[in-house]
Amino acid sequence: MARMTMIEAVRSGMDVSMARDENVVVFGEDVGYFGGVFRCTQGLQAKYGKTRCFDAPISESGIVGTAIGMAAYGLKPCVEIQFADYMYPAYDQITQEAARIRYRSNGDFTCPIVLRMPTGGGIFGGQTHSQSPEALFTHVCGLKVIVPSNPYDAKGLLVSAIEDPDPVMFLEPKRLYNGPFDGHHERPVTPWSKHELGDVPEGHYTIPIGKAEIRRKGSAVTVIAYGTMVHVALAAAEETGIDAEVIDLRSLLPLDLDTIVQSVTKTGRCVVVHEATLTSGFGGELVSLVQEHCFYHLEAPVIRVTGWDTPYPHAQEWDYFPGPARVGRALTEVMEA
Amino acid sequence: MSDLDRLSLHVPEPAVRPGDQPDFSNVKIPKAGSVPRPEVDVAPEEIRDLAYSIIRVLNREGEAVGPWAGLLSDEELLTGLRHMMMLRAFDARMLMAQRQGKTSFYMQHLGEEAVSCAFRRALRKGDMNFPTYRQAGLLIADDYPMVEMMNQIFSNESDPCHGRQLPVMYTSKEHGFFTISGNLATQYVQAVGWAMASAIKNDTRIAAGWIGDGSTAESDFHSALVFASTYRAPVILNIVNNQWAISTFQGIARGGSGTFAARGLGFGIPALRVDGNDYLAVYAVARWAAERARRNLGPTLIEYVTYRVGAHSTSDDPSAYRPKTESEAWPLGDPVLRLKKHLIVRGAWSEERHAQAEAEVMDEVIQAQKQAESHGTLHAGGKPSVRDIFEGVYAEMPPHIRRQRQKAGY
Repeated sequence: MARMTMIEAVRSGMDVSMARDENVVVFGEDVGYFGGVFRCTQGLQAKYGKTRCFDAPISESGIVGTAIGMAAYGLKPCVEIQFADYMYPAYDQITQEAARIRYRSNGDFTCPIVLRMPTGGGIFGGQTHSQSPEALFTHVCGLKVIVPSNPYDAKGLLVSAIEDPDPVMFLEPKRLYNGPFDGHHERPVTPWSKHELGDVPEGHYTIPIGKAEIRRKGSAVTVIAYGTMVHVALAAAEETGIDAEVIDLRSLLPLDLDTIVQSVTKTGRCVVVHEATLTSGFGGELVSLVQEHCFYHLEAPVIRVTGWDTPYPHAQEWDYFPGPARVGRALTEVMEA
Repeated sequence: MSDLDRLSLHVPEPAVRPGDQPDFSNVKIPKAGSVPRPEVDVAPEEIRDLAYSIIRVLNREGEAVGPWAGLLSDEELLTGLRHMMMLRAFDARMLMAQRQGKTSFYMQHLGEEAVSCAFRRALRKGDMNFPTYRQAGLLIADDYPMVEMMNQIFSNESDPCHGRQLPVMYTSKEHGFFTISGNLATQYVQAVGWAMASAIKNDTRIAAGWIGDGSTAESDFHSALVFASTYRAPVILNIVNNQWAISTFQGIARGGSGTFAARGLGFGIPALRVDGNDYLAVYAVARWAAERARRNLGPTLIEYVTYRVGAHSTSDDPSAYRPKTESEAWPLGDPVLRLKKHLIVRGAWSEERHAQAEAEVMDEVIQAQKQAESHGTLHAGGKPSVRDIFEGVYAEMPPHIRRQRQKAGY
């Protein structure tokens, strides 16, 4: 065991995978010599050589397109999209190519690629460095979508993603890179070194894709969250004193519906939280599933707490970010309903 | 404001439209044999003029002339002729099958047979093509079973794609033919990635990407050239310039650049233009590019100058956008007739043997079609299972898709 930040955990996940499998290659903008703008790939080029970890031209469709070709050859590319906000030029390659190659060729060709991308706001990144585009991926059949909330999960899920036979979108909440940020931006963040989920095995391990984790047991209300919002939800539960059960989805697609249904059936109340915009967000899917499967157990309407339906603003970042106060108000509201 | 000239937008137009006399006077055609053949390790900047010329081997008399000639034996040329005749017969039968309602859609190669048929012969087993929808010659010339192609076109119970793909979107890893997508240009940069992987693994295999004149305007074309240039990928980047992108003449995609091949020059990629209706020229240029790739000298861009004689697909009528007789005026002739003439000049072929071969080829295609139809056609006979809708989205079926399959009754 070692204490790792989420950056170190992600790096360790790639390191372990590259050591175990010579077909794993890592590339993207600034990832080679420099080690990535968030330093997630630092040292990998020195260790594995520049044909296994290298810089790419600033061309996301090129990065993803070449990764697809490499996967068709038999490699297992794990590429970095510098910010999730930069993935749009690659969207054609992701949705019409990567996601469908197995299906359209009936398995003659497959596409085992991982696209890592820092996601979410909270770093004063403005409109183009703060987005949470996960719903644009969960809407695409053939993809898997993962959003880890801590170093232990990040490494275990990344190793699983690299070993997965299908394309995986791996969204890393960048505000969690250095600690379990709970939305209290005015306070210093506890470093991962002082958090139990910063304890990460140095060797190989995996976490199954498609399994949620209950981060806080509770009986009054179920909060469904992922990524940064898991820590915001935990803070809101503590601060309101409401006995919330907080589910960390970890994997959005495939989704651990059983854990959701069991919890909501028990609590009878549900709040869905994400940082992405409201309309047609992944929360809409979660709420639909909850009403389809738990309708007769519900005591109150399900509430969504999300980013506003506006672009991510710069100066007003903390009025946009769905912090613990907003989540706390939703918890109170759903309890009073 | 008053002292400034008003701007106006330039929108290119083809020289002629329906009702006009066909006019290809703008296509400058050098004499066969006149374009030099450089060494494969030539510096790209020394052969910039090849991007503006047309490499040709067969002259009007049917002779193979010049420095690009002399690579193929009589036997190889006869095989090539047979492949092109096979593809033409295949197209004729499948077009008719579409009209008979046996499939929803078809795309033919008429006039472009030499490009994919000759190119395939310049590759080796294990090399990988990333084709578009108009390179079925890559399969025919690699002896992929025609009946499998037809099963795919008919979406029948033996369709290798299990009914999931549009007709002609074949796949065959074994025959070096990447699954066709149906959207445009995405495969071009994937070819570069495959080639990069081969180089990363110190393999000996090379890749080939395919694109049409129209879709060179897609950003993936640019991405492909950047990556190919940066990593000197062992890839052949083919542009099939058949003059028409559905109804849009090639000038809309080409814009102000002299030729499509010239697009490679800014990337430092050797760029060649070749007579796409000349089997020998296509083969010679493809061999040159393949040798460059195999010797780790990097990518080559090739523009095949050809003409799409038929419609884009069974869904459009060319007489609505170009003169009906334009194909007859195309100055580079018919690839099958040109190779046939050459073989006769060589003394390896005759009109009688050609007529006999045409009948044999058609018979072979008809036999294959009978076999394929015994497995069903789109609306009759054996079909893929409804279960196939749900299979193969992922390696392992996730619970939500299983629930949906059950809901569908399977």
